[in-house]
Amino acid sequence: MEQTIDNTSGAAGTRTGHFLKQNLREYGMLLSLVAIMVFFQVMTDGTLLQPLNLTNLVLQNSYIIIMALGMLLVIVAGHIDLSVGSVCGFVGALAAVLMVNYEWHFVPATIVCLVVGALIGAAQGWFVAYFHIPSFIVTLAGMLVFKGLALALLNGQSVGPFPETFQKLSSGFIPDVFGGTDLRLTSLLLGVLVVLTMVVMAWRVRGNQQLHGMETEPMVLFASRNAVFGMILVALSWLLATYKGLPNVLIIMFVLMVAYDFVTSRTTIGRRIYALGGNEKAARLSGIRTERLAFYTFVNMGVLAALAGLVFAARLNTATPKAGLGFELDVIAACFIGGASASGGVGKVMGAVIGAFVMGVMNNGMSILGIGIDYQQVIKGLVLLAAVCVDVYNKKK
Amino acid sequence: MDDAILDMRGITKRFHGVTALENVNLSVRAGEIHAVVGENGAGKSTLMKVLSGVYPHPEYGGEIRYLGQERRFSGIHDSEQLGIIIIHQELALVPLLSIAENIFLGNEQAKHGVIDWTLAHRKTRELLAKVGLKESPATLITDIGVGKQQLVEIAKALSKEVKLLILDEPTASLNESDSDALLELLLELKSHGIACILISHKLNEIAKVADAITVLRDGSTITTIDCRDRDVNGPASEDLIIRAMVGREMADRYPKRTPKIGETVFELRDWRVFHPIHTEREVVKGVNLTVRKGEIVGIAGLMGAGRTELAMSVFGRTYGRRISGTVRMHGRDIDTSTVGKAVAHGIAYVTEDRKSLGLVLDDSIAHNTTLAHLDGVSRHGVIDEGREFAVANDYRQRLATRCAGVHQPVVNLSGGNQQKVVLAKWLFADPTLLILDEPTRGIDVGAKFEIYTLIARLAEEGRSILMISSEMPELLGMCDRIHVMNEGEFVAEFDAGEASQEKIMRAIVKAGT
Repeated sequence: MEQTIDNTSGAAGTRTGHFLKQNLREYGMLLSLVAIMVFFQVMTDGTLLQPLNLTNLVLQNSYIIIMALGMLLVIVAGHIDLSVGSVCGFVGALAAVLMVNYEWHFVPATIVCLVVGALIGAAQGWFVAYFHIPSFIVTLAGMLVFKGLALALLNGQSVGPFPETFQKLSSGFIPDVFGGTDLRLTSLLLGVLVVLTMVVMAWRVRGNQQLHGMETEPMVLFASRNAVFGMILVALSWLLATYKGLPNVLIIMFVLMVAYDFVTSRTTIGRRIYALGGNEKAARLSGIRTERLAFYTFVNMGVLAALAGLVFAARLNTATPKAGLGFELDVIAACFIGGASASGGVGKVMGAVIGAFVMGVMNNGMSILGIGIDYQQVIKGLVLLAAVCVDVYNKKK
Repeated sequence: MDDAILDMRGITKRFHGVTALENVNLSVRAGEIHAVVGENGAGKSTLMKVLSGVYPHPEYGGEIRYLGQERRFSGIHDSEQLGIIIIHQELALVPLLSIAENIFLGNEQAKHGVIDWTLAHRKTRELLAKVGLKESPATLITDIGVGKQQLVEIAKALSKEVKLLILDEPTASLNESDSDALLELLLELKSHGIACILISHKLNEIAKVADAITVLRDGSTITTIDCRDRDVNGPASEDLIIRAMVGREMADRYPKRTPKIGETVFELRDWRVFHPIHTEREVVKGVNLTVRKGEIVGIAGLMGAGRTELAMSVFGRTYGRRISGTVRMHGRDIDTSTVGKAVAHGIAYVTEDRKSLGLVLDDSIAHNTTLAHLDGVSRHGVIDEGREFAVANDYRQRLATRCAGVHQPVVNLSGGNQQKVVLAKWLFADPTLLILDEPTRGIDVGAKFEIYTLIARLAEEGRSILMISSEMPELLGMCDRIHVMNEGEFVAEFDAGEASQEKIMRAIVKAGT
């Protein structure tokens, strides 16, 4: 190839500017989320960030975000999973049958549900990874199968309510050890603690990078990014603390987010998934067991879809045959808005999470504004298209 | 020049301020074969893209005169109308369509949108006869070899009334006999008055057919050598061309080595491999092979002889079925049934197809470097990014990989530098036996020398090297011992001293009859 001249971009601008340009995608995503939030905050006269609404926002999007974590891995590995919505609904139905009809305790029921999710993922993953059937087809089949099974399991009726302990999964809040009534101090302190831990971790990573002479984020950016991010998190936890505190599901979500971010960006498994999606043949010839890896991304997706199904069922306090309908679209859209590539190998966990929040905030904001469900769909579709267009444009430049 | 069919004057082209071409001149006479040579990145392809209208008129500076008039092509369509046809290195054929369909793709023999297949097939037969390809027009492209596909491309060009044919590295992926056939065809076309611009790295071929050679370096014309007096002066000397290409005297094209050969390290006994789809076809037929410590063993042969298949079947059974035979390392039988096991036993395989099999193109140099040996930069499955960076940087320096930094995606690197990244990946896995499959394919002369030097150094460090190559001079220049492979068998073996191109060729031809 002749035109592969080293594109060492000239010493245009300062180092900060240069770094910003290189990482435009990540900062850009975060900025657009903030911009969208500010926009709706203003448009709704401050309703968006009211503690009650904020709590709702978290609860409404928790299951989408949980599934987006798994979907991101599937997409990065070069596949797609269309069945997550149906699996979500099916597991919710299973949970209802076990806990309501058979009166199981919620712990064994939850475990059984997660195992069933893993088995569903394993079955689909086996066809995709070892039998080499395109994931689109396998999971399209799965989508129909599990939608039907959910219907069969519930006999076409809603089943509920769930035992109260199980409802706490979605509607519960972490207990306040200080017994505060106006301000849940525990929640606030937890938020502050998390922010401090994150900053310390980031600082250590940065130190390690510098130790080995890597190019690091310029100090200005590092400090301001962490400051802004930290302040937002503290502010959000303060807001939530003035209502009922941090929702249980937020804690689950946050732990999963951090764990998946770590796995994808820092571990060998994560690296191998990116290599698998980037160039499967090259990955295999580098000694990576590509089939097993693809299989496990589907198993993982199954477990997360099951967890999301439980969270969703607990939130509604009933399992309905229509639960999970269309979730797969929101989940996949979140990943692509977050910068994942449909051809695999590209995408970040934090991107998918931000993508999910972009969708969530828009859903919530537009509902408050009284925009009909019809135009909400149109706007969401256009936003998805626009986000991917910006990606493609940036890549071409 | 009055008889010039094409005269490009003072062509200048810049990409975002980076000069790709600076005041380049190229003049092609009617009915001549004009070779354009230069290292990778010298600007050959860019020049051809200017000529064919890929970069339309105002995007470049200078003047193009073609058939006696100044031309300003605004797209590839304009240049094709006037009979300038370019055949790219990566062939532009649709694999699952027939030869006839491909030849008339975009130019269908149709009335009111309905294709006249009888006419199309008749015309295709005529064209195929012209290029000397004995295939049915209904044969699918995917069912014929690269050599024949190349001929189909030329037939397609002929169907468009070509006057100036541009071939970009046409023989890069062809074996010797297909290359020769192609060059014969070019001479044949020349006798019909079709001019040809030939871009190639293979200087011996150029010396054989070219009437003129233009050498580009760093985006400028260095010289144009007239070879028409070939019969009087003899063919243009390769050394002269190479000197002009690299701008320096190249005393040796291969590094000097003093082999220190030790005990036998790697052994293959009665290795048999069958085709993955046509399972009754034996692709490797009972091969025995030994490689000693510090030794470079070459495998010569034509394309399709089974060399890559042999290497890949040993390397984690990544090719073939019903594989049998024994692999031994340091005298002990080893299991190489998966890539992971092969790597663990110290075998590394550097593929001939670095883009689709060797690299994750969109990923960074650092990530590609550590991919085959992530354990070397991680603890308990957690990657130490700092260590990874240090490792990648270390290999970057040792291999003199030219890049902006190890975080640069490998897709932007030149062929030679990409090959260095693949080598770095396998060197980091610290192999005892390094299998190199066409290690210098598509790499320019300067970078080739660097790769050779590196290979020599690795042998000196005591590694065993198995080198597969279709370029005989390269094998002769580097190897201590050369096996000749033909149709799945080793048909001859030569020591470095006694081997010659003629002997190798003779061994192949004799085995074939």
